[in-house]
Amino acid sequence: MRPEHSSPPRRNAGLWGRSASPRLCGLLLVAACLGFYSNVFSLIPGRRQIGESQSSTEGGHLQGQAEVLPLSPDSHGGAPQGVLEETTTQWSERDCPPDTCRVPEVPRMVYPKAQLLKPGRTDVLVMTPWFAPVIWEGVFDSAILDAQFRNATIGLTVFAIKKYVVFLELFLRTAEKHFMLGHRVTYYVFTDRPSDVPRVPLGEGRRLVVLEVRSYSRWQDVSMRRMEVISAFSRRRFLREVDYLVCVDVDMAFRDRVGAEILAPLFGTLHPGFYAAARSAFTYERRPRSRAHIPADEGDFYYAGGFFGGSVAEVLRLASACQQAMAADRADGIEAVWHDESHLNRYLLYRKPAKVLSPEYLWDEHMLRRPPFLRKLRFVAVPKDHAAIRH
Amino acid sequence: MLCPAMRCHRLALGLGFCLLSGTALCLLWKYFENWLLISYVPYYLPCPEIFNMELRYKGEKPFQPVTQSLYPQPKLLEQRPTELLTLTPWLAPIVSEGTFSPELLQRIYEPLNLTIGLTVFAVGKYTRFVEHFLESAERFFMRGHRVHYYVFTNEPAAIPRVPLGPGRRLSVLLIQRHSRWEEISTRRMETISRHIAERAHREVDYIFCLDVDMVFRNPWGPETLGDLVAAIHPGYYAVPRQQFPYERRHTSTAFVADDEGDFYYGGAVFGGRVAKVYEFTRGCHMAILADKANGIMAAWQEESHLNRRFISYKPSKVLSPEYLWDDRKPQPPSLKLIRFSTLDKDTSWLRS
Repeated sequence: MRPEHSSPPRRNAGLWGRSASPRLCGLLLVAACLGFYSNVFSLIPGRRQIGESQSSTEGGHLQGQAEVLPLSPDSHGGAPQGVLEETTTQWSERDCPPDTCRVPEVPRMVYPKAQLLKPGRTDVLVMTPWFAPVIWEGVFDSAILDAQFRNATIGLTVFAIKKYVVFLELFLRTAEKHFMLGHRVTYYVFTDRPSDVPRVPLGEGRRLVVLEVRSYSRWQDVSMRRMEVISAFSRRRFLREVDYLVCVDVDMAFRDRVGAEILAPLFGTLHPGFYAAARSAFTYERRPRSRAHIPADEGDFYYAGGFFGGSVAEVLRLASACQQAMAADRADGIEAVWHDESHLNRYLLYRKPAKVLSPEYLWDEHMLRRPPFLRKLRFVAVPKDHAAIRH
Repeated sequence: MLCPAMRCHRLALGLGFCLLSGTALCLLWKYFENWLLISYVPYYLPCPEIFNMELRYKGEKPFQPVTQSLYPQPKLLEQRPTELLTLTPWLAPIVSEGTFSPELLQRIYEPLNLTIGLTVFAVGKYTRFVEHFLESAERFFMRGHRVHYYVFTNEPAAIPRVPLGPGRRLSVLLIQRHSRWEEISTRRMETISRHIAERAHREVDYIFCLDVDMVFRNPWGPETLGDLVAAIHPGYYAVPRQQFPYERRHTSTAFVADDEGDFYYGGAVFGGRVAKVYEFTRGCHMAILADKANGIMAAWQEESHLNRRFISYKPSKVLSPEYLWDDRKPQPPSLKLIRFSTLDKDTSWLRS
């Protein structure tokens, strides 16, 4: 092929009357295109104010979303957000930990209005004196809460050591029906028998992770060492993988919705056996030598050891504190009367939870008669032969 | 290889095609732009640096352990027949007398060593309210905590020097006076967000933005602290949402449909964590600007925009009308303790 060479001006040089070199034409072409497209895509700085100033991001580091200004009714929640550039600095996520600075936007929703003069529930306590809501049926709107937490990933930890693997099938199947539907969920099953973990079909956005841990000969130790495992894995994995952690017992089944209403920086559940008891009747650890000691004139509630949780950072703090307290007790040769539950109660007395779950969230039908204020049973104990299963 | 004439032809054709497609895209863009963005008449331009301001947030301290304190055990099964709603449907507490224990909250918040900011705007004739406001605040607002008052005014000399308790400071800040009172009112959002970005984020942890023509009548304490706090307007707490004085014109950014809305919040009281209030006021300010560019002012100025924003970004704590009361109304039995209420005044004269 003959190489190009610049040619002298010609008379018949096409449309332009004088010939321009191809390079010049090309340059003109590029300049013209730039001129038009920069107008279209707002590359020229002067036009950029609206794009820049209308975006910001809210919520935690795992919840980046462009702010949607309600520019017209049609754009409520449905505006093509790709057009608005996200250029404002993201200081709010970097510096605000997700558990405290969360005011996520909710899209346009239609729901009945709350009446200030008509409390939802008058038969039960709905808020603790430190402003933690007590979660009962009739107190929350699940649609709003699901929308507020729609980007949250929840981890559910459960321990199936030795013979307790038999409970996994029912647990996981019912969790698939009732636990955090519509959210991303990761089940963390801690077991010493990974091959016995059943294959349960999981829904969209949900996965199961089996983690092998050692077992202990005494069931009390199995129960107490859960705190150690949770704190270790929180540091190693959960901080990076999920936003919220829920730690439950395995010998249970879900019967009704357990959803985003429970999510909080730290939450505990009321033990079904003590919701009506006076604080002196709570089975706290009463020996002053133990680190789980609570005097007789203190205590808000008796929290159950079988359902607690919160943001990963707070659960890590709780589990580490309980583990260290238990280790100190072990060194002193004392074991709290209800093991990890006693230590949990001590922790939650002095670091008050941000939400408290009612006994709807932890019930035992075979040991307790169902009272009228319990409108739903969401998470119930599966009957088991204690003697057989623990040995 | 192409001969030069053909090359130029091709180039010309190419250029023509690009011109055409560019124009077509431009037209398409102009068409869609009206859907997406309100055309911006730049007669009032915000200072660009405010949007790039890095708000360094002081690291969140872990929730401090509550020291031993003797208080009665919460009763789970209690009958409370004629009380106010204590929880919103999104599980935000509604604060009223009897829902909290002041001693317990004092124990929780005291070791955190918080500083709470309080902004008021006293422009023109409203400077006469400052003295009474500050005196009542000294008696009732956040006793036992560090407080920093920010008084925005166009006349710093008119602000009286009120004796302040220990740990409490007053800063008087100069702002521009505008001709119309609505303009003064709507500019508050911009002023507050700039003030936070420039100064308040370094000085306070929480900030409250209150109206100046009111007084504190009873204690206002740490029960009001939260991420984002709103107060229910005393005129509309018992009224269905269709009767709320939301902005109902579709062309406004503060438009609220008939089937939307939780409570009608008062523009005279809002607050929360400094970072959250910054985002909130900035969002309101941008919405107000968009309306201004369209030549529309919302029915209740920045209160309409505040209400619009609180629907999408629900407050984490709601204050009952005890915290924003109108003394001209008879006090209902469900409101036990009025803490912050209006002063009788001739509004039309004040605004002239």
